[in-house]
Amino acid sequence: MAGGPLGADWAVDWVRRSAATVAEHRVELITLDREIGDGDHGENLDRGFGAVLGKLDSVAPDATPGDVLKLVATTLISTVGGAAGPLYGTAYLRAATSVGSEAELDSAAVAKLLEAARDGIVARGKAESGDKTMIDAWTPAVEAAAAEAGRGASPAEVLAAAADAAAAGAEATEPLVARKGRASYLGERSRGHRDPGAQSSAYLLRAAADAAAEA
Amino acid sequence: MGDRIGLVFVSHSELIARGLVDLAGQMAPNTSLVAAGGTDDGRIGTSFERVSAAIAEADAGAGAVVLCDLGSAILTAETALDFLDDDQRGRVRIVDAPLVEGGVAAAVAAEAGDDLETVVAAARTAGGDSAGVDDATAAVEGPGAEASDSGAAGAALSRTVTLVNADGLHARPAAELVKLAATFPQKVTVNGVDAKSLLAIMSLGLTKGSQLEIASTDPAAGDAVDAIAGLAASGFGEA
Repeated sequence: MAGGPLGADWAVDWVRRSAATVAEHRVELITLDREIGDGDHGENLDRGFGAVLGKLDSVAPDATPGDVLKLVATTLISTVGGAAGPLYGTAYLRAATSVGSEAELDSAAVAKLLEAARDGIVARGKAESGDKTMIDAWTPAVEAAAAEAGRGASPAEVLAAAADAAAAGAEATEPLVARKGRASYLGERSRGHRDPGAQSSAYLLRAAADAAAEA
Repeated sequence: MGDRIGLVFVSHSELIARGLVDLAGQMAPNTSLVAAGGTDDGRIGTSFERVSAAIAEADAGAGAVVLCDLGSAILTAETALDFLDDDQRGRVRIVDAPLVEGGVAAAVAAEAGDDLETVVAAARTAGGDSAGVDDATAAVEGPGAEASDSGAAGAALSRTVTLVNADGLHARPAAELVKLAATFPQKVTVNGVDAKSLLAIMSLGLTKGSQLEIASTDPAAGDAVDAIAGLAASGFGEA
């Protein structure tokens, strides 16, 4: 596992892996969303990340990780039709702001990036932990990342811990009753289904960790 | 025209947004009503680009009020607001109100030349809740739920007025009635329907010569009943 700081090439690779994992799990995300939502989550994310992929060629050679994150944000906001567009768009925008114009991100910067992204989703969606939303993947991820960074782990290790925590968090949404989003209309009937937003968040964080492992 | 508040209707469905422009436009022909429904390629969803463009079109300088349907429409609208400059953001409001009732009520208020906060208040009260009164027990009844029983025993207060307006209780006088009713915390009915619901009042379809029975089961509603009866008796200032 690579141990150094992460640059724009990591951010670009994260985007490529995000697009690939969303495409790979498109049907699964659609199915999850159809059970408790409107069924468009996989389709929307696939279209959104597909659009980001198409714009990667326009990334300047001297771009920073922040530039790449900002490109993801604006593209998702304008191409994803459902709630995931503004939510992920705001997350990537806040993440971009948090890293500023740094060319390389150390462990603390990576942990802070995740925290800023999570805070953006909270600000936009007003969801809390336990509401059966993407926050239930993000908050454990942010906490795990902060703990890893605190004990001096590498950026790749920070992201790996975040991805593991997000996957566990997504799984833990299954018994919850939705209190936000389209699934909240179902009330008790939302119990027993995994939240599609939490699941896609876990996939995106896994993509970030995988990109870091090979950076 | 530039002095009027503009409205943006954000819906997951392009047809709903456009339909609401048609519906509200009947009562607000001079107000800028802009539809922002569906995704860029016409599917069900909401579009950041469409909402942003609609806000730019609706705000001629006086401000704009944005009404949304389901959750992600609000998220998209809020994101669009984030991208406005501070100046413009200060005169654009997103209102959490029933889209159709709120949209029509806001359109009528905007057409009358009301300011931003008044248009927002008109949209908020359109669902039948009175502004600023947090009364969870005031169940909102469907329009006409008690219409056949308007002379109800149990109404503590009741006054009957004959409608003198030549064109009946059309949008403008109906809006005046609802605005006045919304200034009182008590629940008042007109011919059995909630006096604070614009669409309920308009759907009574009252024509000149019709009887308006203004009533309340709340003994504290005397002033409200008298004020509404007085407004109706005056022909809403137009007879």
